[in-house]
Amino acid sequence: MSTLSAITAATLQKDLRLEWRSKDAVNSMLFFSLLVVVIFSFSFNPTAEESRQIAGGLIWVAFLFAAVVALNQTWARELRNQVLDAYRVSPAPAVALFLAKVIGNFIFVSVLEALMTPLFIVFYSLRALGPGWQLIPVAALGTWALVVNGTFFAAMSIRTRSREIMLPLLLFPISIPALLAMVEATSSILTGENSAKFWIVLLAVYDVVFTTVCLLLFETVLNAE
Amino acid sequence: MKRAFPIFAIVTAGLLTFALYEALVVAPTEQTMGDVQRIFYYHVPSAWTAFLLFFINFGASLVYLIKRNTKADILALVSAEVGVVFCTVVLVTGPIWARPVWGIWWTWDMRLTLTLVLWLIYVSYLVLRRFSSGSQTPVIAAVLAIFGALDVPLVYFSIWYFRTQHPSPVIGRGGELDPRMAHVLLINWLAFSCFAFLVCWSRYRLEQVKRDVDETQALEALLETRSVR
Amino acid sequence: MSESATAQESPIIVVNNLIKQFGRFAALRRVNASFEARRIYAILGDNGAGKTSLIRILAGLNQPTRGSVSVLGSTDLHSVRAQIGYMAHPSLLYDEMSGIENLRYFARLYGIQDDRRCEQAIEAVRLDPKLPRPVGQYSQGMRQRISLARALVNDPKILFLDEPFSNVDSGSAKEMVKLLVKMRDQGKTIFIITHQAALLEAAADEFIWMETGQITSRTTSLHMAEAR
Repeated sequence: MSTLSAITAATLQKDLRLEWRSKDAVNSMLFFSLLVVVIFSFSFNPTAEESRQIAGGLIWVAFLFAAVVALNQTWARELRNQVLDAYRVSPAPAVALFLAKVIGNFIFVSVLEALMTPLFIVFYSLRALGPGWQLIPVAALGTWALVVNGTFFAAMSIRTRSREIMLPLLLFPISIPALLAMVEATSSILTGENSAKFWIVLLAVYDVVFTTVCLLLFETVLNAE
Repeated sequence: MKRAFPIFAIVTAGLLTFALYEALVVAPTEQTMGDVQRIFYYHVPSAWTAFLLFFINFGASLVYLIKRNTKADILALVSAEVGVVFCTVVLVTGPIWARPVWGIWWTWDMRLTLTLVLWLIYVSYLVLRRFSSGSQTPVIAAVLAIFGALDVPLVYFSIWYFRTQHPSPVIGRGGELDPRMAHVLLINWLAFSCFAFLVCWSRYRLEQVKRDVDETQALEALLETRSVR
Repeated sequence: MSESATAQESPIIVVNNLIKQFGRFAALRRVNASFEARRIYAILGDNGAGKTSLIRILAGLNQPTRGSVSVLGSTDLHSVRAQIGYMAHPSLLYDEMSGIENLRYFARLYGIQDDRRCEQAIEAVRLDPKLPRPVGQYSQGMRQRISLARALVNDPKILFLDEPFSNVDSGSAKEMVKLLVKMRDQGKTIFIITHQAALLEAAADEFIWMETGQITSRTTSLHMAEAR
């Protein structure tokens, strides 16, 4: 067990260091997220009252687009120079690699969300009428839901044609219950009209179910030729 | 076995004709919706058949992951393909029914939404099978099928709760079902299930032959030039 | 299984009726072979002969279509991964990290926390462990050598090298061969796929020739085989 966490930590550290060094990818993704917010704000220009109703949906669709761009390059570095072979030939458990990638993506997408949210608040004059602190578990659970399946499907897409389109194609249908939950929870909190508790529980269940399945099946997918 | 297929095909054709007759002529006219309601006898059995096929796909994928049995893989592929067709029928008949009766093309009711999500998952499954190369396609597809199957209860609950928060028209019948209608409904379901079974069987045999051909060619490639030296 | 005098006597790798097919392409057709420990095996043959397919299966990276492989007495190749080193023509390293950073990471995958082993591996291939330059900026010769260092970091019993001398200057190549001979003398078994058979003329214990998915001959001398 300690080997698992040690290797996960080492891999995560390595990824964060590499991400930091090649700032191009990070910077362009940050800029892309900014663009998404601006485009959405131009396209949907409601009053402050209306915006609370639809902001939940808008924000999460914007996050979803940003997440897909980040997820698509999850395995890019491992495929260059066939580094993935070096990992597979070692006794390191596949699950450790997966966890490191998921956590790395989670951190990265959270940073993108943290950048986009203030912009949305500004463009839409958003203010939460319900318990605003609940947005934190919603964001955390929702982001994890997207990232855990996204990292898994990105790995599945490695050996398919049209890799970049394969990822969202697989991810979106499976993510529908989670997306519905995220959007509804956010809207409930912003409008203060309903309780978001059911949605938060649903997200937690979704996360547990799919994290378990991903952990169980990742090795199978990694070693597929 | 060879004779069973045409016999079964004829039986199914008979059943379908009978079911059509029952649906269009014998079944009583619904009091509020009129004759348009008869689409119900296509809409609902298609949905049930689609869900049944999805269940078969899940079972076959699970068996494949555990046993790596080729027959299970073919069954998974076949049930997904036919299931998508039946889902399409549901998604087309739904709006056709809804528009004249309720004035709207679409409503996010449980059956329609669940079918739509199922359709999306299974189309993505079929795209994955088409786009992936290599001998591990069955494994990866089976993994995706497991994901899809685990997703369905979550989709169900999320839609259920959404409906309680945001009520809207349900495409279906309100109140008790007249026993004569229930009778016609079941006949149609039987006919549809037989038809689904027939198509699956036919597709299964086709896929089996295709794989036999591939395997023979692979074996030939293996054996050629062996005796050259 | 016969009762051997020492563990070194029984073959370290046994291949039984190995078949590998990619769709309609048969990469390996019923390969049967056994390999002894403490040897350097040079694997030669044209492109498409099946050399890489064979090595990748022995290293546990690909699965056979049919047949079995036993490495270090076990048919479950996952259990012996800690004792295997693998190197291929791509560097299997992260271009943006330095040599020592790369090795430190890969050492962790084997549960090795000790930095000194990484430094020793780099020194063994005659490179400077303190070099901060990212590996992506190395010359080809340096890159192959640091890649070899990565394959050696876990002190493996068996090494699989797929075209290690490709595009490498002859000086670096000769250094690598000298190192490999030293490793063999210390007890390692080494498999080398190469198109430059001359480099291994003196070093290799056996030359294995492959053609269209089969081993066609095994000789102890390069010239004996060429005079077929």
